[in-house]
Amino acid sequence: MRLGLVIDMDTCVGCHACAVACKQWNTSGTTGPLSDYRPYGEDPSGVWFNRIRHYEVGDYPDNKTVNIPMSCMHCEHADCVNVCPTGASYKRPEDGIVLVDQDKCMGCNYCAWACPYGARELDREDGVMKKCTLCVDRIYDETLPPEERQPACVITCPAHARFFGDFDDTSSEVSRLVRERGGVKQMPELGYKPVNTYLPPRVTRPIPTDDVRANTLISSVKDWVNKMVAR
Amino acid sequence: MHPAFSVILFTVISGAGYGLFILLAAFHLAGIGPAMSHGELIAHGVAALGLITVGLMLSTGHLANKKNAWRSFMRFKTSWLSREAVFAVLFYPFAAIYGLGVLLQGSEIGPLAAVAGAIAAVLALVTLFSTGMIYGCLKTIRQWNTALTPANYILLGVATGSVAFAAIASLFGNATPMHAGVAIALLLIAGILKGIYYFWISRVTGPTINTATTFNRATVRLLDTGHTAGTFLTDEFGYDPSKNTTDTLKMGVFLLAFGTPILVFAAILSGVPAIVAWLGLVAALTGVVMERWLFFAEAKHVVRLYHGAQHT
Repeated sequence: MRLGLVIDMDTCVGCHACAVACKQWNTSGTTGPLSDYRPYGEDPSGVWFNRIRHYEVGDYPDNKTVNIPMSCMHCEHADCVNVCPTGASYKRPEDGIVLVDQDKCMGCNYCAWACPYGARELDREDGVMKKCTLCVDRIYDETLPPEERQPACVITCPAHARFFGDFDDTSSEVSRLVRERGGVKQMPELGYKPVNTYLPPRVTRPIPTDDVRANTLISSVKDWVNKMVAR
Repeated sequence: MHPAFSVILFTVISGAGYGLFILLAAFHLAGIGPAMSHGELIAHGVAALGLITVGLMLSTGHLANKKNAWRSFMRFKTSWLSREAVFAVLFYPFAAIYGLGVLLQGSEIGPLAAVAGAIAAVLALVTLFSTGMIYGCLKTIRQWNTALTPANYILLGVATGSVAFAAIASLFGNATPMHAGVAIALLLIAGILKGIYYFWISRVTGPTINTATTFNRATVRLLDTGHTAGTFLTDEFGYDPSKNTTDTLKMGVFLLAFGTPILVFAAILSGVPAIVAWLGLVAALTGVVMERWLFFAEAKHVVRLYHGAQHT
């Protein structure tokens, strides 16, 4: 098995709900707590397994906002595991999930240096490295109804932009999506072979703009006033 | 990369210690240079082991969970950090046998102590190489992912060691043109290599914001990182010194780490008392601390692409 996520950059609205759901589940999960520093201070910070960044792709008027959620890619060639001197970082042979044994980690940060995707964050309170577990304490929990045996981020996504499944199974939903939508990987040139795959935005029909009314004298004055008057 | 001072001091101090030990073994066991008195041999040995030990203890300073530091010997098969730890510790018993031989038998040591000393010198060299490979093996940092990195660690360690060797020898009135010549040669090679390195990293290669975000056929700009305060990632990888700072420090590196000690040894060769080698040692160590700070500060991790950098 090669478990991982498919993330649809076409439908992701950048709401950060996946990151919040992740934090909520994992802070009381197997690698919890996800410590917060100065949570009510001026510059609150803390450990997150999932971060969403927002980009502008292309130049106006052919530009587009793209939201890119990123968590551990559970790489096939996971250098974070190879460089770990203590053996705390490991990749499970049965399903490919990359995990950190909290009891063995010495907090040297070396695995975070080796990760190109920023998936690993040191918990300064606990002094150990923490990362996405692909909700390993949830996807195998037989006390949960089958539809809930998915990572917290996938279940919570309101835009249905996240999918979880086995990439080795060619008939799985994730494999089908990657095939049909032309899934892409981040920084393939580094050779980490990340499992998580991103679906590029769909090519849509351009919205006609030739029927937009041309500038009149009044609209020009209005535009000028709007530019001059500060709110 | 955020320059951690514990790691900077560790690599500079223990690097000089391993370099000093390698030169001691080369001069004593291979018979290069003049014969050394019992006292001088002990002084070199104590200084080398002292520097190495202080450096190794400093290296644990950046660990967030020190009680698990002993586990760093466990992954010798895949991790250069583990290999460094193993070789660094393996060095001690061989150095101890050699040291005991010198203590008990003087400069005419027996074959067992001599072989142990030679093995310890090789292990010192291998440890320096492993330290370099810790950084050299990371594909995520193009400024480090080069054979120049381990070469730089070995040469700077041996070069600062050769300066220390000449300085200590001067205390015993035993500094010869051989000491000065070896130091000048090593400093020159290390300096030229550092110049090549600075030229090499100034050429931009590797991943860009386009390959990082998968949009290879359009310009990509960061709109928002999604957090209002710093994170582990921005603290660890976001360090961004100004070009002015790095250029000034680079001049300092060439002036202090290479220029000053070479001039000092040139002066010694032309008749100035050999004791001024200590001036060269202070300059060299200060310069190498600046070099090591730059090594970290100028390294641009690919995670910076996700935080808006167009290239690394």
